[in-house]
Amino acid sequence: MKPETCVTIQREWDIVGARQLGRDIAKEIGFGTVDQARIATAISELARNIYLYADEGKVCFEKINRIDQKGICIIAIDTGPGIDDVSRVMEDGYSTSGGLGAGLPGVKRLMDEFDMKSDGGKGTNVKAIKYLR
Amino acid sequence: MRIPILKLHNYLLISIQTELDDNTAIQFQEDLLNKIHKSGSSGVVIDLTSVEIIDSFIAKVLGDVVTMADLMGAKVVLTGIQPAVAMTLIDLGIHLQNVPTALDLEQGLNKLHQELGE
Repeated sequence: MKPETCVTIQREWDIVGARQLGRDIAKEIGFGTVDQARIATAISELARNIYLYADEGKVCFEKINRIDQKGICIIAIDTGPGIDDVSRVMEDGYSTSGGLGAGLPGVKRLMDEFDMKSDGGKGTNVKAIKYLR
Repeated sequence: MRIPILKLHNYLLISIQTELDDNTAIQFQEDLLNKIHKSGSSGVVIDLTSVEIIDSFIAKVLGDVVTMADLMGAKVVLTGIQPAVAMTLIDLGIHLQNVPTALDLEQGLNKLHQELGE
């Protein structure tokens, strides 16, 4: 495994901390301003989900540095209640918190790869990757 | 952190220069509506030139404040949305369709002049 950098999400301000760190890492990797904004926004959505729905969680960043491909992998892990209906939360406009319901489907569109695993009562694990073009 | 709201004749001007966290955004919403109420301003320009990221929460707060101000009788124009921010918002599926926008502060003020006929 490559070295990971993680931000623990406990307070509301940690959302900002996570997206600033993620943006810095994206910049280091060589992403342009538009992709930096996409990555920072995706991190913000994932971190907010942890803050809103789970007691505890973290957002981790991993640089992808293969010969043929560079990129950033964002992993959001929490030990919250989990998501009962995973397909439902991927629908645009679905929200249980009075939000816009744009978060998770938005993250999927902002990033190149998106994978979510959730077991009822055992938390949620989201992995999203953006490749450097 | 409080976002300063400046009064210029009949208008209120806001330039958001700080990284917006959720609490700051909510506080700003409240401050702006109170300031509209106290000052009797008919138009507001919120300049977002320095804002590098607008996620779904901030977008909702901004969209809501436009609707709320409208209910009170004041027009709000958002100006200076960066290209990267516009692209990200569309990826998120957020179109802010009923929100008046302009390229910069100057054009935002012109838009208010036209709409309010002042």
